[in-house]
Amino acid sequence: MIAVKRVVLDVLKPHHPNALEFCQALSAVIEGSTVNVTVIAVDEKTESLEVSVEAALIDFDLLQDVINKMGGALHSIDEVEVKNEPNS
Amino acid sequence: MNIFTRAEFLLNITRSQGIARRYFVVNGFDGALTMLGMILGFQFSASTQLSITINACLGASIALGVSGVSSAYISELAERRRALLKLEEAMLEDLQESAHSEAARWVPIMIALVNGSAPLFISLVILSPLLLTHAGVVLPISPLFLAIILALIIVFLLGVFLGRIAGTSWLRSGVQTLFIAITTSVLIFLFTGY
Repeated sequence: MIAVKRVVLDVLKPHHPNALEFCQALSAVIEGSTVNVTVIAVDEKTESLEVSVEAALIDFDLLQDVINKMGGALHSIDEVEVKNEPNS
Repeated sequence: MNIFTRAEFLLNITRSQGIARRYFVVNGFDGALTMLGMILGFQFSASTQLSITINACLGASIALGVSGVSSAYISELAERRRALLKLEEAMLEDLQESAHSEAARWVPIMIALVNGSAPLFISLVILSPLLLTHAGVVLPISPLFLAIILALIIVFLLGVFLGRIAGTSWLRSGVQTLFIAITTSVLIFLFTGY
C-alpha cells in the first residue's frame, strides 16, 4: 500500500480562523498526526501558510476538504513523502 | 462539533460576538425602557384593568421582538454577504463550501434571534408581577410598582454588564444607565402624571 507520510503545502487562508484553530482542525481529522503551520505572509484579508503534516497515513482528500471548509485554498504541494508499505 | 461549539466557531470567524453583545444590550435596553414607560403611563393613569395593561405591554413586547428579529436579520444578512464577497475577491476563490459561507447564512439568524429575544425576554421578566397577579398569585405590593422596580433593576444590570465588558467600574456604569431610566421616568411623569 502506498501511504502518504508527510506533505508540505502552500495554503492561502482568511485571517479567521487563525493559525492555531486552522492547525487544530487539520490535526483533528488525521489520527496521530503532527501538523506544523508557519505564517509566511500576511495581507489585508488573507495570509499565506506553509502547512506541514506528518502521520502514519495521510488521507489527502480529507486534508484538502478541511482546508476548503476552513476557507483556505491549496496553492501548491511543495513536498511529499510516501512509503510503499507491505499489506498486512 | 456540537451545535453550541459550531455557533461559537461561526461567530468567531466572522468576529460577530461583539455585534451580538451590542445588539443584546441595545435592544434589551429598548425593551426595558419601553416597558418602564408603558407601566409608568398606566400607573399615572386613572385605574385601568390589569388585563388591559398586560395586553398593551405584551403587544409592545411582541412588536419589539419581531422588529428586533426582522431588522437585525435583514441588515446582518446584507453585511455578511458583502463581507463574504470581499473575502472571495481577496482569496480569488469561491468560498461557497467553506465555513465562511455557512457563517454568512447562520450568523444573521443567530444575531437576529439575540436582537429579538433580548427585548422580549426582558419585557416578560418586567411584566412577570402583572402576569402572576393576573394568574391569581397575591403579591405583597402592587404589581405595577413591582414591575417598575424590576425594570430599574434590569436597566442597572445592563449597565453593570456594559461596565464589565468595557473593563471599567461596573457600579459607575450601572448608575449611569439607572440615571437614564430615572430621567425617563421623570419625563414620563412630567408629561403624563403631572
